[in-house]
Amino acid sequence: MLTIKNLHASIEEDGTEILKGLDLTVKAGEVHAIMGPNGSGKSTLASVLAGREDYEVTEGSIDFDGEDLLEMETDERAREGLFLAFQYPVELPGVSMSNFLKQAVNSVREHKGQEALSAGDFLKLMKEKAALVHLDPSLKARSVNEGFSGGEKKRNEIFQLAMLDPKLAILDETDSGLDIDALRIVADGVNSLRGDNRAFVVITHYQRLLDYIVPDFVHVLVDGKIVMSGGKELALELEEKGYDWIKAETSQAV
Amino acid sequence: MSENGTELLHEVAQSEYKYGFVTDIESDKAPAGLSEDTIRFISAKKKEPTWLLEWRLKAYRHFMSLLNEGNGLPDWAHLDIPPIDFQAISYYAAPKKKPEYESLDEVDPEIIETFKKLGIPLAEQERLVGIAVDVVMDSVSVTTTFNKELEKNGIIFCSFSEAVQKHPDLVKKYLGSVVPHTDNFFAALNSAVFSDGSFCYIPKGVKCPVELSTYFRINESGTGQFERTLIVADEDAYVSYLEGCTAPQRDENQLHAAVVEIVAHDDAEVKYSTIQNWYPGNSEGVGGIYNFVTKRGICSGDRSKISWTQLETGSSITWKYPSCILKGDNSVGEFYSVAFTKGKQQADTGTKMVHIGKNTSSTIISKGISAGKSQNSYRGLVKVNRGAENARNFSQCDSMLLGDRCGAHTFPYLEINNPTAKVEHEATTSKIGEDQIFYCLQRGISEQDAIKLIVNGFAKEILAMLPMEFAVEARNLLAIELEGSVG
Repeated sequence: MLTIKNLHASIEEDGTEILKGLDLTVKAGEVHAIMGPNGSGKSTLASVLAGREDYEVTEGSIDFDGEDLLEMETDERAREGLFLAFQYPVELPGVSMSNFLKQAVNSVREHKGQEALSAGDFLKLMKEKAALVHLDPSLKARSVNEGFSGGEKKRNEIFQLAMLDPKLAILDETDSGLDIDALRIVADGVNSLRGDNRAFVVITHYQRLLDYIVPDFVHVLVDGKIVMSGGKELALELEEKGYDWIKAETSQAV
Repeated sequence: MSENGTELLHEVAQSEYKYGFVTDIESDKAPAGLSEDTIRFISAKKKEPTWLLEWRLKAYRHFMSLLNEGNGLPDWAHLDIPPIDFQAISYYAAPKKKPEYESLDEVDPEIIETFKKLGIPLAEQERLVGIAVDVVMDSVSVTTTFNKELEKNGIIFCSFSEAVQKHPDLVKKYLGSVVPHTDNFFAALNSAVFSDGSFCYIPKGVKCPVELSTYFRINESGTGQFERTLIVADEDAYVSYLEGCTAPQRDENQLHAAVVEIVAHDDAEVKYSTIQNWYPGNSEGVGGIYNFVTKRGICSGDRSKISWTQLETGSSITWKYPSCILKGDNSVGEFYSVAFTKGKQQADTGTKMVHIGKNTSSTIISKGISAGKSQNSYRGLVKVNRGAENARNFSQCDSMLLGDRCGAHTFPYLEINNPTAKVEHEATTSKIGEDQIFYCLQRGISEQDAIKLIVNGFAKEILAMLPMEFAVEARNLLAIELEGSVG
């Protein structure tokens, strides 16, 4: 599904290198957690995968389902089935959720050669998917993320994920700012969307989320590289020993 | 913004006017030039009574004195106005086939065709939506519908010329009562040479059952249009009036100086909505309409209300300040505006709210969107007179910039002469957010659609104030305006 090889990426504005030779392979049906201390490059990885213009890839390759991801425009990546749940979802004043999602869903459908959904089917779909994350269906008339609470914004991201039915979903610190109840709702929503044809990359600072979304693999990102990979137990070990332990471990190994 | 994004914005900013075509209808045109003879020609053509001819002549002399003293074009506006040769303009044109139609079937099919091109299926529209449409093509009313139903309610809705013939007392009483010919240079010109327009009178206690609608269209090379609209709502009357316009593509500049006057008596309410889409010129700014409009309403009665809503997308120069004089106690004035400029368009638009009566309140919400190399200014005056106890005003002016070669300006003026006044003003300027566009792109929405969504969202609050069927047209128009040449 996703093969990242020796990925180097810098901030376009000042050339600061953030990702320094990152390798990662994700297969369909798998859930990978990426953990790491602040500033290790977790969110940069999410941005580069989604195609944010602020970063420049200077070396390496990313293969997405047999295609060169780096050759694709941002919206094309989305239509090909790459979804990013934002850490800080953006507000679109005056743009209703239903209008926004109708455009999004139908552009993805058009790309797949499917017909646009009828108004009735679309509303039905919205209602069904909103229920996954306990969002009130009345949100369809609200402006995208405007006036949403922190928890609602994160649930709204998972709701959009469900609507767009992507092959690969990247969750960028979806747990940040969530209380335990909201975290559970978000995790339940994500778990219900797991399946053989879909992969997840879950980026998080804390192990807590991984109690609810149990990953198949855990990777530790330090200073722009994955320095350690393992099963779900690695997350617990990290939680117990802290990131300094990893730094010590890996510098010894070098 | 990405390079692509920037390019796209440039394309958006330069996209060509979609309504540029000319209908071939023979017209009866006055020779170019402005003199007393021109005024007499127009007045005679329209078989006007002597008082009206005198009224025009007075305005003409005032205009000429302003012109000769060099007190003409408004140099205070944030506009670069090229010199206008008032002697090179023809001041009267009327379709040759003087039409007196009972039904649309009798109307010149070419006219119907023109409106179809504009996406205004008149025949269907009047039946489906229940709008009475008074179509003004060039200067003479071509068709008036729904008149009989309106007549039942005692409502008068007709061309200005017809009103002069059939309701001279009403016209004489109200003409120039809100915008006198001395008000400004262009009002003087209009008063001298106005060709036609609409007249509307709603009698006491009558709520007009349909939205009254007029479409204007400049359709004669070198012919300025000088519309005159007069709307009077008598005590406890209500009317919603729609004005929409688009003009065909031209290579020479065309002057448009309209005057709209509204009078609202005790407990009356007038809602006036406009979509302005005159030809804006090509991407270099050549050939567009100069739109100098004086629109003003007076809430002369207690508890009366006048509300202006406008979507301004056209013209190469827009100079326009729909205003309210809040004379009656507890009267209410509203101004809701979206002004979109691109290419080399210049807009200086806003409002004046003059509080005279007690407990008067006004609301101003203005949204400016600038693209290309355009200049978009909001200019607004809130004036509270000494006797206007407890006046309230809320003003909000938001500007959005698409790209980095355009300008957005806000010129709010406050003149408060009563200490009990409460006046609030909020202003914001934003660039269309890269984060917002990225968010849309990440959901599979193309950059062009993302810009449309975001701009429409920005303007939504105002567009929602338009009557339903007009709101749809307005959204479409804004979308068309935003469209680049990208497929």
